Amino acid sequence: MDFKFKNKKITGILTVLPKKEVFFEDEIENYNFSRSKSMKLKRAMGYKKRRIVEQGVCASDLAIHGIKHLFDNGLLKKDEIDVLLYVSQSPDHFMPPTSNIIQGELGLKKDMLCLDINQGCAGFIVGLQQAFLFLEQENVNKVVLVNADVLSHKVSPRDRNSNPLIGDGASVTIVEKTSEDNEIFASMKMDGVNARVLQIPAGGFRMPSSQSTSEMKEDESGNFRSLDNLVMEGYAVFNFVQNEVPPMIEEVLATSGLGKDSIDYYLFHQPNKFMLHKLADKIGVDREKMPANIVENFGNASSVTIPTNISYNLGSDLVNNSYMTCMAGFGVGLSWGAIVMKLGNMDFNEIIEF
Amino acid sequence: MKNKITEITKITKIKKILTDIQPELDFSKGSNFITEGLIDSFDMITLVTCLDEEFGISIDGVDIIPENFFSVEAIVTLLNKKGVE
Repeated sequence: MDFKFKNKKITGILTVLPKKEVFFEDEIENYNFSRSKSMKLKRAMGYKKRRIVEQGVCASDLAIHGIKHLFDNGLLKKDEIDVLLYVSQSPDHFMPPTSNIIQGELGLKKDMLCLDINQGCAGFIVGLQQAFLFLEQENVNKVVLVNADVLSHKVSPRDRNSNPLIGDGASVTIVEKTSEDNEIFASMKMDGVNARVLQIPAGGFRMPSSQSTSEMKEDESGNFRSLDNLVMEGYAVFNFVQNEVPPMIEEVLATSGLGKDSIDYYLFHQPNKFMLHKLADKIGVDREKMPANIVENFGNASSVTIPTNISYNLGSDLVNNSYMTCMAGFGVGLSWGAIVMKLGNMDFNEIIEF
Repeated sequence: MKNKITEITKITKIKKILTDIQPELDFSKGSNFITEGLIDSFDMITLVTCLDEEFGISIDGVDIIPENFFSVEAIVTLLNKKGVE
């Protein structure tokens, strides 16, 4: 489904990453594979180090830390926030919504909307589209989009498919109305038939966590995980991305009337270096225009990877300059979406630690 | 003038890459590397990375399917499709 928006812009991005770093080579012994095989995989996938939270830290803790940082530095005022969107797969509780908890913790005004959205790797694109839609309303002038996940709590340390790439993090993106006559083109697609190729099977109402769901079992590839852990059918996900994402990019570029070369940066979700290089080759853009260095430095924190990508690779350059970008997210759901828009002249674009 | 890579050279290089990935296995005896469990999906990623570098190509993501990697002959066919000669 295609969307088109006008007179909206991102005025700031703050990425919050945990201080704790874990290194791939320190974890190799956890996996049921030879060291030499793991080292070859490290090179191909770009595994190096990742950031994860300590036990007991929730995604909302990172989000609150980030928003408070903006308040303390005069980059955001409490009363300006009309909508708080919280995109996460790591809620504090089943109920109430985590966005309401954040509102309470921060002492935000009552005349506002708080909304939780359960989305993963495409969550930044979904969240931005929701922000743009809310901003169509006369009374909504500023939306705070929070993307946050701490899925390291849900990954088996003995699962080589997922553990080496999972990171934790949060981002706070400020989305506002603007008088600039800009156009934003977006596309969103979903495939619920294949929803379970990326899932945490137990822990919800369909399969409550129990003694039996916590039992570790070996899969056919030699990974150990329980039904309480995140499971990814890596091969199915890879094929989904390679088959579905390139045509969507072609489509959204065609709608925007922009050629591939008119895009300065392709700022994509960061599943791993290998998949991104293959995507760049397939779409037919220089690998240099599609940064693929987030997994190797910070890990893949689901919907937080695109803002991390923007903050890490463009940083303060986006305060002084502006670039035409194509952002894309793809994964859990299955969901995949893209946005073509100009990014730049922001008030801030940085990374802080928690 | 650039020398053409013979089929034998391709096969030799492919076997060396496979042996580097799985030194303990004998690929000359395998008829289907995937179903016989000689290589898994992660080995395929390493294999594709090595083939890309060795032959100066980029194997398309949509071509990274078991059928293209189940034997040395299948890999040669894939390389030929990518214009390796």
